[in-house]
Amino acid sequence: MNEIEQVIQLLSRLPGLGPRSARRAALHMIQKREGLMRPLADALDRAVENIRICATCGNIDTHDPCSVCTDPKRDDTQICVVEQVGDLWALERTGAFRGRFHILGGVLSALDGIGPEDLNIESLLSRVGPDQPVKEVILATNLTVDGQTTAHYLTERLAASGVSVTRLAHGVPVGGELDYLDDGTLSAALKARHALES
Amino acid sequence: MDWQDDGVILGVRKHGETSAIVSAFTRSHGRHAGLVRQVSSKKLRGIVQPGNLVRLNWHARLEEHLGIYSMELLQSNVAPLMLDPGKLTAMMSACALVSAGVPEHEPHPDLFETLSSLMVALDHDDWPSVYVKWEIGLLAELGFGLDFSQCAATGERDGLVYVSPKTGRAVSAQAGRPYHDRLLALPAFLLTGEVPGAADLVQALKLTGHFLNRHVLAHSSKALPDSRGRLMDRWLKA
Repeated sequence: MNEIEQVIQLLSRLPGLGPRSARRAALHMIQKREGLMRPLADALDRAVENIRICATCGNIDTHDPCSVCTDPKRDDTQICVVEQVGDLWALERTGAFRGRFHILGGVLSALDGIGPEDLNIESLLSRVGPDQPVKEVILATNLTVDGQTTAHYLTERLAASGVSVTRLAHGVPVGGELDYLDDGTLSAALKARHALES
Repeated sequence: MDWQDDGVILGVRKHGETSAIVSAFTRSHGRHAGLVRQVSSKKLRGIVQPGNLVRLNWHARLEEHLGIYSMELLQSNVAPLMLDPGKLTAMMSACALVSAGVPEHEPHPDLFETLSSLMVALDHDDWPSVYVKWEIGLLAELGFGLDFSQCAATGERDGLVYVSPKTGRAVSAQAGRPYHDRLLALPAFLLTGEVPGAADLVQALKLTGHFLNRHVLAHSSKALPDSRGRLMDRWLKA
């Protein structure tokens, strides 16, 4: 296998890229070797060297502790628990949450044999001890059976710490039309209804 | 090969970026897996969740192939259970027990009906006793039925408080007294239909757990599901 084929083969392993799109991407980079390919190779090289997993929250960054954990402007009294780094990025994009994060690294799954010991649960418990400033833990796991099971499990484990444990609301999405919603979302939205302020 | 059948989704395992291998317990085809494409689409992500009752279309070139599932929702069982940890854990436990205990492609239409009914009954107040009785029904369906009709030693029909760990038959208080420490407790609600307390439910889970381990799971070297253990923990703490 020559170098070009190797690049195509490696690119085709990326999410969203099949062999055809990998070939197109490789060709595009080859045509812009100095303007794109070399900077990309350098950036990837630096990333491989410098990327760290934050020992506190499990985030990916070039520092340990990560920039979220060390940001002095963030609220130390709130921790938002998410499944994966992608979920942290999604919440960061909204700009609506200025507390700290904790990444579980997955969810409990009977089918995949993932138990509590496979997730970053103990490190979460150590962050909500009596000598810590945390007052609220927001569980932002996905609204799947496994995500919800994990949320219930965490609620039980966190009960002894005395912190307030909250859960993301679920129901009708912004712009959603009732006629097009599935039964599960509609019944969840009905159960989670709340009074309107006048 | 094509067939259409109703099924309760038992488990979903991601496969690649956009697909999942879905295991379902169907009425006429037993426990059967299939590939579902675009499983994260708006249309499917609420449907492909364990516990939901769906109409499945399975298609493959040969019977032994994994095959492709397409499905539509018949009943969203899981949504009402999401906010209740006990009910959700019981639902997960039932799905995991069927996954671990029922051989693939072996039809059990009666068990399918009881599993479908259980998924609906879990949203009712008496769900704990319904769940335990479902486990007893699962044992019976798999050929290891428990017999609480009379004492295995004396034939008495009253005063049944034990179960033999070997035969699964009830034993009266009088006949079982010398072997008290070797017999399993028989909670009264399984005979009378009264509302069980948390301690009764724990005893009942220990009873069914013994026979599930001994007869259903031992042959496949599998353990009782974690979710069932969490359910027992909840009742122990209650």
